[in-house]
Amino acid sequence: MEQILSFFNDNKEMIYFIILSVFVGVEVIGGVPTVLHTPLMSGANAIHGVVIVGAIYVMLKVDPTDTLALILGFLAVLLGTLNVVGGFVVTDRMLEMFKKKK
Amino acid sequence: MKQHLLEICYLIGSVTFIIGLKMMGNAKTARNGNLIGAVGMIIAIFGTIFLHKGEVSGMVYGLIFTSIAIGTIIGWMTAKKVQMTKMPELVSMFNGMGGACAALISLIEFTHLQHSGEAATIGTMIAIVAGLVIGSVSFSGSIIAFLKLNGTMNKPLRLPAYNMLNNLVMLGVVVFAGYVAYSGGNMMLAYLLFAAALLYGILFTIPIGGADMPVVISLLNSFTGLAAAFGGFLYGNKVMLTGGILVGSAGTLLTLVMCKAMNRPLSNVIFGAFGAGTAGAAAGGKEVKGTTKEASVSDVAVLMNYSKKVVIVPGYGLAVAQAQHVIHELEMLLEERGVEVKYAIHPVAGRMPGHMNVLLAEANVAYEKLVEMDEINGEFPTTDVVLIVGANDVVNPAAKTNPASPIYGMPILEAENARNIIINKRSMNAGYAGIDNELFYNPKASMFFGDAKKALTELVAELKTM
Repeated sequence: MEQILSFFNDNKEMIYFIILSVFVGVEVIGGVPTVLHTPLMSGANAIHGVVIVGAIYVMLKVDPTDTLALILGFLAVLLGTLNVVGGFVVTDRMLEMFKKKK
Repeated sequence: MKQHLLEICYLIGSVTFIIGLKMMGNAKTARNGNLIGAVGMIIAIFGTIFLHKGEVSGMVYGLIFTSIAIGTIIGWMTAKKVQMTKMPELVSMFNGMGGACAALISLIEFTHLQHSGEAATIGTMIAIVAGLVIGSVSFSGSIIAFLKLNGTMNKPLRLPAYNMLNNLVMLGVVVFAGYVAYSGGNMMLAYLLFAAALLYGILFTIPIGGADMPVVISLLNSFTGLAAAFGGFLYGNKVMLTGGILVGSAGTLLTLVMCKAMNRPLSNVIFGAFGAGTAGAAAGGKEVKGTTKEASVSDVAVLMNYSKKVVIVPGYGLAVAQAQHVIHELEMLLEERGVEVKYAIHPVAGRMPGHMNVLLAEANVAYEKLVEMDEINGEFPTTDVVLIVGANDVVNPAAKTNPASPIYGMPILEAENARNIIINKRSMNAGYAGIDNELFYNPKASMFFGDAKKALTELVAELKTM
């Protein structure tokens, strides 16, 4: 019990931050027309590619002699980049089609 | 100094994500919203690389840049080349990549812990383990979803006592994860947990065969968001937190919206029963028997030519056949002759919500012509001809009339109320949910067999001669 309480106390700012972000996420998406669901899902898909920041961060602090960590890190950055670049480009292509006819 | 600049980069990143997503909710601003998000992402990425404090060897920088370069080229090319019909697969694939990235980060953290020999706090361990499990589930689940949409694995696979097995594996993974987090774990346990989570992702997605796949992708999308958020928690990284949680909550909401469109509670999605459509079909669905009529190209052409109002119901078959341009041609031809043409868009037509809108937009079909389900349903009784192109489950009256049907309760397009029903299909095969459609046996209905693109091209040619 004490452990849980101290965990909460140590991370209270973070927990506030998380809870408020959840509401922002719900708020931002609310009322989106069905037409835009696919591009929106795709755009959200690109945004969670932000996980690449974690991959880069891990790479930067990794011990350069630790080959295994370097290989895993290389792969992580690669996959993260695919997620980010592919995600944004695909979303742009979808939205481009919505635009050109007016 | 550097540290402060980096925090500012992250702040900018977080704000652009929120603004970007908000703008994507409106057709006019959507494209710029996406670009704003992309700019924020670039700032966050380069900030992380260049504003890092501490010594980093040149080799590591080299590896990072090589990796980013390769990823950018492959990602860019794939996204540019892919056909619009393949979009859902691609989103699923990219989602899987993000999940794998999160899982790998956690694995590296394990090697790091192993090397340094330090004991991590319980909070850190929870974040590492959660990132590993959720990322892995999202990765393997997305790959299965990709293969399924791709047609490589199109038959749902159900082992006996599937739900029980599935839930047991999930429980096992959760307990195991809890143990690893609590005990501090080691490399061996981390790999085992990784493998177990991958297995669960596969088991989770594999039995799903119905039209439920979009829901799964959306759910896995929010999983990856969650995994990214755990990474953010681990490093106290605000931009990962905002990005991850935004997608996590937005993705969950999108999933709920889709579930609502298909009249399925989300609990079904997560704990079994989900996708039971396919299995239940043989047992529960009553055999529909009767005779169907077949219409020739000229029958259809004549019928349409002398109609006042035609409603087109597009489905995945249209997407597969790449018939969106031909259908637009047909629409224009009919409009020229004074026939009112509208498209009836079911919320889950195609393989993703809004999939049909994207496709038809590609073919330059005007926005106002795409009518959503609730609105168009009132118009069917005054419609002369409803042309169903490659859609099946979304017009199946069994959803309203047959409680034994696996799709019972799903709102449908009430095409059966139109005066004439023309169904374009390649064959009499069942739709994605694997069930028979009594609409085909309706006395007002005629089958117009053929590949959508070919059949419609012939229809357009026939109409032109009239």
